[in-house]
Amino acid sequence: MKAAVLVFPGSNCDRDCKVAVETTTGGHVDMVWHQETALPSGLDLIVVPGGFSYGDYLRCGAMASQSPVMAEVAKAAERGVSILGICNGFQILCESGLLPGALLRNAGLKYICKPIELTIENRNTRFTSAYGDEQTIWMTQGNADGNFFADADTLQSIEDNGQVVFRYVENPNGSINNIAGIVNKAGNVLGMMPHPDRAFEPSLGSADGAPLFHSLQRLLQSA
Amino acid sequence: MSTTKTIAEYAAEYGLKPDEYQVILDRLGREPNYVELGVFSVMWSEHCSYKSSRLHLRKFPVTGDKVICGPGENAGIIDIGEGPDGQKLACVFKMESHNHPSYIEPYQGAATGVGGIMRDVFTMGARPVALLNALRFGEPDHPKTKRIVEGVVAGIGGYGNCVGVPTVAGETNFHSGYNGNCLVNAMCVGLADADKIFYSAAPEPGLPVVYFGSKTGRDGIHGATMSSAEFSEDSEEKRPTVQVGDPFAEKLLIEATLELMASGAVAAIQDMGAAGLTSSSVEMAGKGGLGITLDLDKVPQREENMSAYEMMLSESQERMLAILKPGREEDGYRIFKKWGLDAAVIGETNTSGHIVLTHKGEVVCDLPLGPLSDDAPLYDRPWVEPDTQAPLTRVPVAPVGDALLTILKSPDMASKRWLWEQYDRHVMADTLADSATGADAGIVRVHGTKKALAVTSDVTPRYVQANPYEGGKQAVAEAWRNLTAVGADPIAITDNLNFGNPERPKIMGQIVRAIDGMAEACRVLNFPVVSGNVSLYNETNGVAIPPTPTVGAVGLIEDYENRIGFNSLKNGQVLILIGDTKGELGSSIYLREVHGLEEGAPPPVDLELEKLNGDFVRSLIHTKTAKAVHDLSDGGLLTAAFDVAAASNVGIELKNPTDLEDHVFAFAEDQARYLVAVDEASAHLVLARAAEAGVAAQTVGVATGTDLVLAGAASLSLEALKQAHESWLPAYMGA
Repeated sequence: MKAAVLVFPGSNCDRDCKVAVETTTGGHVDMVWHQETALPSGLDLIVVPGGFSYGDYLRCGAMASQSPVMAEVAKAAERGVSILGICNGFQILCESGLLPGALLRNAGLKYICKPIELTIENRNTRFTSAYGDEQTIWMTQGNADGNFFADADTLQSIEDNGQVVFRYVENPNGSINNIAGIVNKAGNVLGMMPHPDRAFEPSLGSADGAPLFHSLQRLLQSA
Repeated sequence: MSTTKTIAEYAAEYGLKPDEYQVILDRLGREPNYVELGVFSVMWSEHCSYKSSRLHLRKFPVTGDKVICGPGENAGIIDIGEGPDGQKLACVFKMESHNHPSYIEPYQGAATGVGGIMRDVFTMGARPVALLNALRFGEPDHPKTKRIVEGVVAGIGGYGNCVGVPTVAGETNFHSGYNGNCLVNAMCVGLADADKIFYSAAPEPGLPVVYFGSKTGRDGIHGATMSSAEFSEDSEEKRPTVQVGDPFAEKLLIEATLELMASGAVAAIQDMGAAGLTSSSVEMAGKGGLGITLDLDKVPQREENMSAYEMMLSESQERMLAILKPGREEDGYRIFKKWGLDAAVIGETNTSGHIVLTHKGEVVCDLPLGPLSDDAPLYDRPWVEPDTQAPLTRVPVAPVGDALLTILKSPDMASKRWLWEQYDRHVMADTLADSATGADAGIVRVHGTKKALAVTSDVTPRYVQANPYEGGKQAVAEAWRNLTAVGADPIAITDNLNFGNPERPKIMGQIVRAIDGMAEACRVLNFPVVSGNVSLYNETNGVAIPPTPTVGAVGLIEDYENRIGFNSLKNGQVLILIGDTKGELGSSIYLREVHGLEEGAPPPVDLELEKLNGDFVRSLIHTKTAKAVHDLSDGGLLTAAFDVAAASNVGIELKNPTDLEDHVFAFAEDQARYLVAVDEASAHLVLARAAEAGVAAQTVGVATGTDLVLAGAASLSLEALKQAHESWLPAYMGA
C-alpha cells in the first residue's frame, strides 16, 4: 500500500496514523505538508489525521480545509482514491465538503477522552470489509467537537444510502442518530471521530482499528 | 511609572528586602535604574533564585549511574539504555508548580503551567511524551473551590490536548488547608537521544542570539515576583500578572525547535519561562562565562510602545532564545518561516561579562552578570522543629462496610474520572496505562522499542503535616512503590516542594525536615533527584498550606510485555498481602473520613523494608508469577482490594488472618505493602519464597463472585461500591 498522511500546523496524530498504516499493512507512508500543491503519485490512501489544525481557533477544521493540499485531496477523492479522516481529519473533510454534515461542540460542552463501543453499520464498504462477525468494536475517542449533525434531508439521504458506517452504542456527545463515522456517496471517503490509529494492537487496549486498515489492503489485493 | 517613588521604594515594592537592595548598591557602586532594578528583582526572587531552599536542597543525592544531568538545567536527564539501532536513549523530565497564577486565574494559570513545563523538556532536545499533574484544591464547600477545579482541569486539558502530549497520570486532593492557595504541579516527561542533548550555556563570543516563537506582550509582567509573596485579600488584583497560553503556538514551537536542533544550527538554547527574556539571557551568558548585548528594538512585539522594562519582565508564553552556530541564521529563518513563527536576531554574545540592553538607541541596562547569579541571596533561614503528631491513643470503631462506603465517596478517594476524561490520554499511540487503566503508574512506550517508561506523582500531605520527616520519606517511598507495582525499575525523581512562608521558623522547619526525610529515602532507595522546583509563600492571610513536597518519579520497564496492573485479577486467583500489618491508623484516611479526626503519628517508613518488599514484588512480576499487583496506600487493604476488584470486574473475599480488629486490619496504612494476586497453584511457592527472602507475606483472600467481602465484618456488592466511588465528583461538579 502506498499512503500519504497530511500534516497541518497543529496536527498531532500524524505520526500515529503513519505508524498505524505501516504496522497493520506494511505499506509505505509519506508525510505531506499542507502547503504542497501536488500529492505523491500512485497513492492508495490519504489519511487526514487528528489534532488541532491551526489550533482550531476558528471552527474545527475550517482553516485546514482551505490549505493548498486540500484541493489536491478533493481531486484524488474524485479519482476514487481512499481517503480516511480521523477526528480533526473528519472535521476537515466535512468543512471541505468532501463529506456531508458538520461536527458541533459535544453536548456536555467538554472534551471527552474514553474508550467507546461502536456498531459497524455497513460492512460492505472498502473500510470495513475485513471486519468479521463481531457485534461491536472498541476504540478510544478524544475530542471536544464530535457531535455529528446534518439537516433532515441530508441525514435522510446519508441513512438511505447506507453511508453511516459506525454508530455509538452509547452516545457520548449528542451526535444525531448516534453517528460516529460516515462515508461519502461514492464510498471512498470515510470520516470518523473515534481513533483506529490508537487501536491497532492489543497493547494499546484494543486492536479493533486494525481491520479497518486490513480492509483497505484487501481492496488492493482484489483489484 | 509614577515619578514620586524613589528607586529604593520600587525595590521594596518588587519584593527586594532592604539588605538585598544594599548588596545591589554595593556591587554596582551606584543606584540601579528602573530596568536594572527589574532585572535584579526577578533574578533574586524566591522563584528564580531558590534563596530560602538552596542550602537545604544540597542534601539531595543528585548523582547515580543512570543520571546524565542532575538539577541546575531546565530538566533532569536519565539514561534508559539503548534503542534498537544501538542509539543511547535518554529520558528528560521535570515537575513545576503554577500555584499562584492558577488560584488567581485557574484556566490560564494551569494551562501555562503545562506549557512551561513542556518547554523545559523540549528545550533540552527531548520530545515530550507524557504529562502528569498533581492538584490540591480547597475543601469542596469553599465558595471558590468548584470554579478553581473547573478552570484548572479545563486549562490542563485545553493545553495538553491541543499540543498532543498524553496526560497519563496524576493525583487530586481536597482539603481546607488549600482554600486560599490551590496547588497545580505539572510534570512533563520527554525522550531524546543521549548524545543530542542541548544545554543553555553560551559556548563562545560573537554568536547571534535569536528570539523565536510568539511575540512579546505585556502579560505576566512580574509573575515570578508575585509567586514569591503571600496572598492577601487583594491578590485577585494581580490577575494581569498571569500569562495567557496559546497551545497551538507551543505545538509549532516544539516542532520548530526540534527541527532546528536536528539541522545542527543550535549552539545553546533556553526557553523564556519565569522572568522571560531577563532570565533566559542572563542564564545563557552567565553559564557560559560570557557577556551578552540585546537590542530590544528588534524583539518581536505584540503591543505598541512597550518599554524596555516591560519587554524584559514580560512572561508572554511560547518564546525561545537560541544561540546559533556561526552563519546558521538562514537555517533558522527557513524553519521558523515553515512553522509560521516570529523570529529575529536580537543580540550577540561577547566577552564583556555584562548584560547590556539597548532600546531606541540608548543603553537602558548595563549590569555585570556575576552579581546577578553569584551574589543572589542565599538564606539560612532560622527554623524550629516543626510540630508533629503524637502516636494515637485510641482508634474509634466503625462498621467496616459503612466505613468503606464513606471512604470511597469521600472527595480525596472518589474516582477522578470527571477530571481525567477531559485529558487526551492516548495521543502518540504509545500509552499502555493511564488514569483509567487500573495501574499504580502511567506507562508509555519508548516509541519504536520494547521499552516503556512508568511515571507517577505522589505525596501524602496529611502525613507531612503530622510529621514532615516521615512524610517526606513516605512521599518518595510511595512513588518508588508505585513504579515497582507496575513492574518498573525505579530510576530517579523530580521534586516539587510546595510550602508556606519560609520566613516563619515553623514553616522553615517543615521545609528542612521534609527535605531531610526525602533525601534519606532517595539515598536508601537509590532514587536520586535530577530536577525540581520550589514553591514557597503558599499562604493567604497568614494561613499556610499543608506542607506538600510532591514527588514525580520515572522508572523503566525493559520489555513492556512484562508490565502489570491491578485490572487483571481473575476468578479463583489467590490474594497475598506482602508486608507486615501492625495496624497504623495515625493520620489515616479512615480516621479523617469516617471519624473526622486529623490526628496521630503517620505510619513510619522503614526504607530497608521498602526495598526488601519492593524488590521481592518486582521479582514476582518479572517471573510472571504475579497476575495483578496494587500497592497499599490511602485507605489501606480494603480500599486497595476494592480498586483491584473494580478494575478487574470480579469480587474478592478477604479474611483477616491477624490478631488485629477487623476495622484496623481493613484500613491500616502500614507502609511497604502490596496486594499481589497469584494463581492458586503457585500460592504456596510464593509464600515459601517470601519466607526465604525474609519478606512478610500472608494469604488474605481469593477472587470470587461479584461482592467485596471481609469475612465476618462486611459484604458489599461491587456495583454499589463502584456507584459510590464514581458518583461524588460528577455530582459535585454538577455534571
